[in-house]
Amino acid sequence: MLSIVNKRYLFFGLSLLIIIPGLISLVLFGLRAGIDFTGGTAWELVLPNQTQPAAAEDVQRIFNSQNFAGNVTVQVSPPNAQKQVLVSVRTPVVKDVETKRGPLLKALQAKYPQASIASLDTVGATVSSESRNQAILAVLAASAAILLYMTIAFRKATHPVRYGVTALMAMLHDVLVVLGIASIFGKLFGLEVDALFLTALLTVISFSVHDTIVVYDRVRENQIHRRTNQSFEEIVNLSIVQTLARSINTQLTALLTLLALSLFGGRTIRDFVLILMIGLISGTYSSIFNAAQLLVVWENGWGRDWRRVFGHKELHTSTAKVY
Amino acid sequence: MRTRDINLLIVVVLVAALAIWINGVPRHDPKNANDRSELWLGRDVHTRLGLDLRGGTQILLQASAPNITSDQLEQARHTIEQRVNGLGVAEAVVQTSGNNRIIVELPDVTDASQALTTIRSTGKLEFVNPGTNQVSNGQTVRTSGSPTPRVPAPATAGITNTATLSQTAPLSKTLTTGPILPVVADGSLLDLSSVQTGVDTTGSPYVAFKFNGTAATSLQQFSSQNIGKPMAIVLDNKVQSVAVIRDTLPGSGQITTNSVADRDGIYNVLKYGSLPVSFDVQSSRSVSPTLGSASINSSQIAGIVGLLAVAIFMLVYYRLPGLLADVALLIYTLISFALYRVIPITLTLAGIAGFILSIGLAVDANVLIFSRIKDELRHGLPLATAVERGFDHAWPSIRDANASTLITSLILYYFGSSFGVSIIKGFALTLALGILLSLFTAVVITRTFLRSVVATGRFRDPWLFAIERSQPATPTTQPLSEV
Repeated sequence: MLSIVNKRYLFFGLSLLIIIPGLISLVLFGLRAGIDFTGGTAWELVLPNQTQPAAAEDVQRIFNSQNFAGNVTVQVSPPNAQKQVLVSVRTPVVKDVETKRGPLLKALQAKYPQASIASLDTVGATVSSESRNQAILAVLAASAAILLYMTIAFRKATHPVRYGVTALMAMLHDVLVVLGIASIFGKLFGLEVDALFLTALLTVISFSVHDTIVVYDRVRENQIHRRTNQSFEEIVNLSIVQTLARSINTQLTALLTLLALSLFGGRTIRDFVLILMIGLISGTYSSIFNAAQLLVVWENGWGRDWRRVFGHKELHTSTAKVY
Repeated sequence: MRTRDINLLIVVVLVAALAIWINGVPRHDPKNANDRSELWLGRDVHTRLGLDLRGGTQILLQASAPNITSDQLEQARHTIEQRVNGLGVAEAVVQTSGNNRIIVELPDVTDASQALTTIRSTGKLEFVNPGTNQVSNGQTVRTSGSPTPRVPAPATAGITNTATLSQTAPLSKTLTTGPILPVVADGSLLDLSSVQTGVDTTGSPYVAFKFNGTAATSLQQFSSQNIGKPMAIVLDNKVQSVAVIRDTLPGSGQITTNSVADRDGIYNVLKYGSLPVSFDVQSSRSVSPTLGSASINSSQIAGIVGLLAVAIFMLVYYRLPGLLADVALLIYTLISFALYRVIPITLTLAGIAGFILSIGLAVDANVLIFSRIKDELRHGLPLATAVERGFDHAWPSIRDANASTLITSLILYYFGSSFGVSIIKGFALTLALGILLSLFTAVVITRTFLRSVVATGRFRDPWLFAIERSQPATPTTQPLSEV
């Protein structure tokens, strides 16, 4: 049979390979927070009938002429299939931004005759700091609730808390993957962390556990029907192999819909869908290659398991036959 | 086939037919483009679209005074609602949020600066002398205190897809013709604590009021000279009531009305006519109708492609059970949209994303069940037993997995209640509804279908269940339980 559990440290290493660069980026650059969490104003402008990207400096100049105190940042996309250039501008919070809308559009249309404002979002300082607190609370509350549920759901297993804690570790894995990649993408492509990002993150958390549960459920069941000479390691391996196809298939159906959303779903939610896809793939990986394997490591004892796999080679080969 | 399955099959057909009926309800009045109502058994079931899909502005107002009672907030909400309605914005929503905030939603309005000016004005209450001019309730008039009122612009033919943002018609125009009515007493000098309702000795309902300072003297002077003549109560240039002066009013008086409803109307105008505190714009979001309709189109395509992709996957991978799951998935989609219409749930972009994602989740349970059935068939169990076992054995993981997603969506919904992240709420709502509904369609409906198909005894070819013909039970996988 396919042996997945034996290679557990290889899979842990692979996870670290993804997580560590993300962590470094998180420490160095942090996340690029959107206006939902920092406050500010986001303008989405559409310049039709353009064959070349508009010069960011031109748009910047137009905004500067309207006296926005503080930093104005402009991002310009290349023209899309409909020859539209999309411009996204961030300005600091100004009182009564609505009154600036008319004059700004007029100034913009002097340069780009058919320019229009697709959307205009302003988030005040109070609201953004509330959202920030709510976001942190939401992630903590979701983690706590899932840990509690797992412990209750697996109360009849030999060590119920282990299932909850290792599921949480797999979940943390997915959170770190998503945050790390978001940080790298923020640095490279200007990906912003906003309310939708938070939604994606929490969805990833729940899907991660969703997947882990399928594997754990098999472990629980196989333990009840275990043969006398079967080690826990073998039970876990058997469970993973048995559920491999369905773990991949359940994620595949979700990924198919996400792929459709990312291809056709419109630009407003593209980042959201991207984050969800990354998180889902990470969730499938961690539930197959990390979560249940952590149960084995815990069963064997954390330090002992390491020594057993990487300790004296001669000893390793001789013990391999025993279990 | 057991009676229970036959009954369930009938229920499923009925529910699906009901969903089709609700989704297919025609427009209430096809001649009127502005009539968005679609009536089903007298209930309006048109699909509600959020501002991000139909275009419009959402504004969060926060009281500038630190301490505001819930009573004052409710007064302010009521006043703002009346002003918004006065602007002629269709389906506008004004609601309180927390203990010092008001959320205003203006569909189809992208440039909210005019609306904001009206909404945030403190509200001007005046007692005016109409003189010889005929004035009636609801009429907009010019007063000496406010000679240039704004009136709603003539209704245009509704927002169409071709209307571009730059051509947004002004919501209102300035009234520059007509007589200017002199102000007798300014509402800012009204003693609000004196405004009270009662019933006089003849049984007529009345509102009592009292002015202070210069307003009291000018009212006394005016009323003494104009007994038997009318005086109008005007709020923001709109005539609220016209009363005939019966006697000299010594700065205070009573307005007697014919009905209690009329009296309460006047009471509200006097008491709550002006905003109790001023409000600042804390946050606002506006989306152009063009972007909104583009979002609708793209999510429709994404939804259809997603649905098809999942359906084809299920059919190819699981064959006959997959086909049955696809029918259940179709029923799931129909019921979902029917529920959105009936409950009703306002669809936002994030909400639609939640729904599309739930399509993938809806077949998750089927994937788990069918894999189990395949396991059981490989162990050599007869078809009927394998189907039952497949459902029974897959249930614990389906239950636990869905419970964890449901918990998360409830938490998302709860945290989405704060304004800044309200986008989360729509996503959480459609996702949670999708989980509950898919448990019904993927487990109950699919099981009924599968049992019915098995009961016919015709579809026994292992190929239909994606099992290799005459495959021996693999020795490495142990039986799950004794036969």
